[in-house]
Amino acid sequence: MKVLVPIKRVIDANIKVRVNADQSGVELNNVKMAMNPFCEIAVEEAIRLREGGKAEEVIAVAVGPSQSQETLRTALAMGADRAILIETDPAPEPLGVAKLLKAVTEKESPGLVILGKQAIDGDNNQTGQMLAALLDWSVGTFVSGLEVNDGSVRVTREVDGGLENIDLTPPCVITVDLRLNEPRYASLPNIMKAKKKPLETFSPDDLGVDVSPRIEVLKVIEPPARAAGVKVSSAEELVEKLRNEAKVI
Amino acid sequence: MAILVIGEHDNSTLRPSTLNTVTAAAELGTEVDLLIAGADCSSVTDEASKVGRVSRVLAADDPSFSDGLAENIAPLISSIAGNYSHVLAPATTYGKNILPRASALLDVQQISDISGIESEDTFIRPIYAGNAMATVRSTDALKLITVRTTAFDAVGMDGAASVETVSGGGDAGLSKFVGEELTRSERPELTTADIIVSGGRGMQSSENFVLLEKLADKLGAAVGASRAAVDAGYVPNDYQVGQTGKVVAPNVYIAVGISGAIQHLAGMKDSKVIVAINKDEEAPIFQVADFGWVADLFEAIPQLDSALE
Repeated sequence: MKVLVPIKRVIDANIKVRVNADQSGVELNNVKMAMNPFCEIAVEEAIRLREGGKAEEVIAVAVGPSQSQETLRTALAMGADRAILIETDPAPEPLGVAKLLKAVTEKESPGLVILGKQAIDGDNNQTGQMLAALLDWSVGTFVSGLEVNDGSVRVTREVDGGLENIDLTPPCVITVDLRLNEPRYASLPNIMKAKKKPLETFSPDDLGVDVSPRIEVLKVIEPPARAAGVKVSSAEELVEKLRNEAKVI
Repeated sequence: MAILVIGEHDNSTLRPSTLNTVTAAAELGTEVDLLIAGADCSSVTDEASKVGRVSRVLAADDPSFSDGLAENIAPLISSIAGNYSHVLAPATTYGKNILPRASALLDVQQISDISGIESEDTFIRPIYAGNAMATVRSTDALKLITVRTTAFDAVGMDGAASVETVSGGGDAGLSKFVGEELTRSERPELTTADIIVSGGRGMQSSENFVLLEKLADKLGAAVGASRAAVDAGYVPNDYQVGQTGKVVAPNVYIAVGISGAIQHLAGMKDSKVIVAINKDEEAPIFQVADFGWVADLFEAIPQLDSALE
């Protein structure tokens, strides 16, 4: 079985983002970029499936600008076997990404598509669900446990009330949550090896997919800042402030 | 045209998230329909008919809808969506699971997690963990939207909607519900609580969370946690507040032993009053706190407990 792992290049999760001067988006110049943290978990899970004998090949696929090659190389250094870049700048909206991924899925016929539940830039949480819909496949979202058996895939999902177990009929799409695994770091020898692994590039036109945007971003602004607070030095003072000043307890 | 709201429920009661979503829908139009897709869920349908601002309840009662499986419910939504200008669902794990699937079936680019409505096609939504607010305009004829429930008040239960049966259903045969482990608690639900007491890595163990639970019970509060505390196994996943966990906006959020990573702040910075108790005075949580107390939580919490007597 092949496993397809779509990944995204985003601003590093530890960077505090700033809105750009013309309020058209956030500042991306000279900002450290990295693989979306949820995507790292997806790559790790796919590699573990191959290491555990449940998968033969792990294919990382990115949709975005040419620099996404770096992100794909990171996935290859972690242990993915080969990579596909669908080059398009800017990256399309989730529906467009899902359509591109559908085309790649039909080309590669993987048994599983594993991807992050959301990217930490747009916070949309849509792509996996949309891909599954377009393929008419089942989907396990927000997955923190994955068991791949012959003819069925059991997932544990993190839902608002706790945990939920669902059996999916493969092939299926899995969107991963934080607690599925702890992604490995790529070793230096593996980073070197990754440079020689195959990376193919396509355009949306090559795949015959229209990714015209449906949403217009009119303005991006900073959220209102919270006013500076005060320090208290005892429990009595805190309770007094909550009761009499803020009147909230 | 009318607005459709996807009701969230567990086949016996309506989830409060539905009430916030109806408020958002009522800002978009006067005619609001509420879909209840479930199995043996007549009690939910009855409750739904009392939800304010709702004109009609659409009852889709079928065994295939019993467990909220996206594969079965999304086709139902897409089959009736043509009657509406907007389809709204709460941005809870239920809505986030189902609505994007319906959107793709309808070839619509969904707008996720809106926190404000500018006009019938223009919405405000947080991006980058709420560090930026985007105003976006949808060019799709039909709009599918998930709603940040904390950004809209709950509608009252003063309605008298008619109930109509909607046919449809049938098992797509793609997925099967096996079971669930839900956290049972007598405390208020995190997303609707007026007061939240939340613990982080500083709690050091699950046993120590009892300290917070005692405090929470004294205040009638819900108990939350940071990702660090959940990852460490101190509390279950459904306690997590943050960018990818639950978004909360109570009257008071008491953060105990939480450093205040960007991702955590994303889930609680719209709280009315934020209290931070942390022994590290450099902790970023103090930058958003209205009341900060630099103290060892193991001394501070018992003191706070007695000061509340």
